[in-house]
Amino acid sequence: MKEWRFWLSEQRGTLLAVALFVVMFSIYVGNHPAIINKGFTVDTVSNVVQTAANKGSMLAFVAMGQAFVVITAGIDLSVGMIFLLANCLASYLVAGPTALALVGVVGTLAAGALCGAVNGLIVIFGRLQPIVVTIATGGIYYGIALWMRPNPGSSPGFNSDLADAMTGKLFDIVPTSLVILLATVVIIWIPFRRSEVGRAMYATGSSQIAAYMSGMPIRRAKFLAYMFSGIFAAMGGLLLTFTTYSGEALAADGGNYTLFSIAAVVLGGVSLFGGRGSAVGALFGALAFRAIGDLLFVFAIDALWQPLFQGVVLFVAVSIGAARLFRVRNRLDLFG
Amino acid sequence: MTDTVTSTPAARLPLRQRIDLPVVTAFACIVLLLILGSLYSPNFLSPQYLLQQLKVGAFLGIIATGMMLVILLGQIDLSVPWTVTLGAMMGCAAASWGPAGAALAIPFGILCGVAIGLVNGFGVAYLRIPSMIITLAVNSVAQGLMVAYTGGFAPQDSAPYPMKFLGALSSLGFGIPNAVLVWIVVGALAVFLLTRTSFGRAVYGIGNRETAAYLSGVPTQRLVMIAFAISGGLAAFGGVLLAGYAGKAAQSMGDPYLLPSIAAVVLGGTSILGGRGSYLGTVAGVILITLLQSILSVMQMQEFGRQIIYGIIIVAMLLLYGRDKRLR
Repeated sequence: MKEWRFWLSEQRGTLLAVALFVVMFSIYVGNHPAIINKGFTVDTVSNVVQTAANKGSMLAFVAMGQAFVVITAGIDLSVGMIFLLANCLASYLVAGPTALALVGVVGTLAAGALCGAVNGLIVIFGRLQPIVVTIATGGIYYGIALWMRPNPGSSPGFNSDLADAMTGKLFDIVPTSLVILLATVVIIWIPFRRSEVGRAMYATGSSQIAAYMSGMPIRRAKFLAYMFSGIFAAMGGLLLTFTTYSGEALAADGGNYTLFSIAAVVLGGVSLFGGRGSAVGALFGALAFRAIGDLLFVFAIDALWQPLFQGVVLFVAVSIGAARLFRVRNRLDLFG
Repeated sequence: MTDTVTSTPAARLPLRQRIDLPVVTAFACIVLLLILGSLYSPNFLSPQYLLQQLKVGAFLGIIATGMMLVILLGQIDLSVPWTVTLGAMMGCAAASWGPAGAALAIPFGILCGVAIGLVNGFGVAYLRIPSMIITLAVNSVAQGLMVAYTGGFAPQDSAPYPMKFLGALSSLGFGIPNAVLVWIVVGALAVFLLTRTSFGRAVYGIGNRETAAYLSGVPTQRLVMIAFAISGGLAAFGGVLLAGYAGKAAQSMGDPYLLPSIAAVVLGGTSILGGRGSYLGTVAGVILITLLQSILSVMQMQEFGRQIIYGIIIVAMLLLYGRDKRLR
C-alpha cells in the first residue's frame, strides 16, 4: 500500500467528522433567517459564523480536552465541572485593567490545569479507574464552583472589553474564538502529538502493558493528558464567561458539557477504547454537534420538542459512529 | 481473577480469604459514621431515625441493584436519571385510566423502564456500542420524550394509591416501612439470581471475559440484553416508589440517583471493570451513602460543602481498597 492510503485510513474518523460538519453547517447557513432576509454577503455570513463559532468553540475546547484522555483509554467525567469552575473563577478574576485581567485568564487556566493534574495523579498513583475517580472529583470541583457562585453574578470590575475582543471578530471578518481554536491546535496539539510523550499517549491507549514493556513514559503521558483535559475545559469555561459576562454554578450545564464532550469525541472518530483518533477530530465533532443543535433553531421547531429531537439526533449519530458491529471481522472479534 | 471470585463456594476457602475486605471496610465506616453522628446528637441511634434512613436508602438500594448487575458485566448504565423519572411519570400516567389503571400503575411503570433497558441492551449486546455512549444517548431520548409528554399534554402527576402504599406507608407490619420490605425482597431475589442460578454465574463470567463465556456456551448477547432490561426495570421501579413517597412525579427527580448508585456499587467492592463483587457490598455501599448524606444535612452543611466532602470520601475509600494491580 502506498503511504497516503495508510494516512487516509488513520485519519478516516477525523475526515468523516469534517465532512459531517461541512454538510450540517452548509444546511444551517443556507437556511439561516438572517441570510435569507439580508442576502448572502460577506457581512451576514461572517455574523452567522461568529455566533456559531462562539457557541461551538466552547464545546470544541472541552471536547479536545476529553480527546486527550480518551486517547489514553481513560475517560474524564469531570470536564463539565472544571468548565463550570473556570466559568465561576473567571467571573471574579477577569476584572480590572486589561493587563490584570489577562493575569486572571492565566490564573483560570492554571486552576484548570490543577484540577486536571489532581485527576491524573489520583488515576496514576492511586491506580483507580478513571471513570469513578473523575465522577468523584467532578463532585468536588462542582462544590468549589458552587461555593464561589451560589448565585449567578460577576465581579463589579469585570473587563467586558477583553471579553468582547475575545468573542468579536478580527479585522471585522474572522471570529476571534475561531482563531484561538486554530492557534491551540497549531501551538499545542500538533507539537504534542509529534513528541515522544504524545506518541506514548497513543501507545498507552493502544495497550498500556505493551507501552510499559517498551519503556515508554506512560505516567508522564497520562498525567499530561489529564492536565491538558483540565486546561482545555477551563478554556471553554473562560469563553463562556466572555460570552455571558458572568459566572454560574449550574449543575445541569456541567453535566451537559460532559455528555456533549463524549458525544463530540465519538462523532469526531476518537475510539473510546483508546489509541485512535485525534483532538482535531474531536474539534470538528463538537462543531458538527453544535451545528446539528442549531438546525433546530433554523427550522423553528417547537421548544417542547427540541429535547426529543436533539436526543434522537444524538442517539442516531452516536450509535452509527460507535457501533462496532459493522467493523467485526469474525464472530469472536465481536467480543474482543 | 484470583481468590476474590465471589461465586466460588465460600465454605471451602480458609477464613482469611472468606472475609471480603471492601465489605468489611464499608460496614466499619457505617459504624464509624453512626458513632460520630451519635456524638453530635443522640437521636442518631434511635430506631425511628435508623428506619427512616433505611426507607430513604431503599429507593437508592433498588436502583443500585440494577446498576450492580450491569457493572458486574463490565458495563455501565448512565440512563438511570431519566429512566427513574420515566418510571415515575408513566406510573402516574397509568392512574388517569380509572381504577384499572391505578391498579396497573406499578407494573406499567416498570414495563416502560424495561423497554428503555431493552434498547440499551440491544445497543450494547448486538450493535456493540460502548455502554457509556448508548446509555447516555438513550438517557437524552428519554428526557426528550418526558419533556414533550409533560409539556404537551399536562398529564396527571399525582401518584395513585398502590404507589403511595409501597413508597410512603409502613402498614405491612412491625412498623417497618413498606419500601424497606420491597428492598429486602428485591435484594433477596438479586442474591438468589447472582449466586444460585446459571444466569448469575454467567454474569460473573461475562464480566471477567466475554469471549471465554461465549466459548463456554453462554448465550452472552441475550444475557447482556436481559441484564440491561432488568436494570432499566429496577430503575423505573425505584422511580415508581419515589413518586409514591413524594406523592407525585416531577422532572429531574432521577438526577440525584445516578452518581450515588454508581458510588454505592463501587464502594461496596464491586469492580467497575466487572466480574467481581457481592450484593452484600452493595447493601453496605447504599447504607453508607445514605447515612453520609443524612449526617451532612443534619449538620447543616451547605450544598457545596456536602459535594466536596462526598467526593473526597469516595476517592479516599477507593484508595483504601479499590486499587488496581501494579504494572510489571
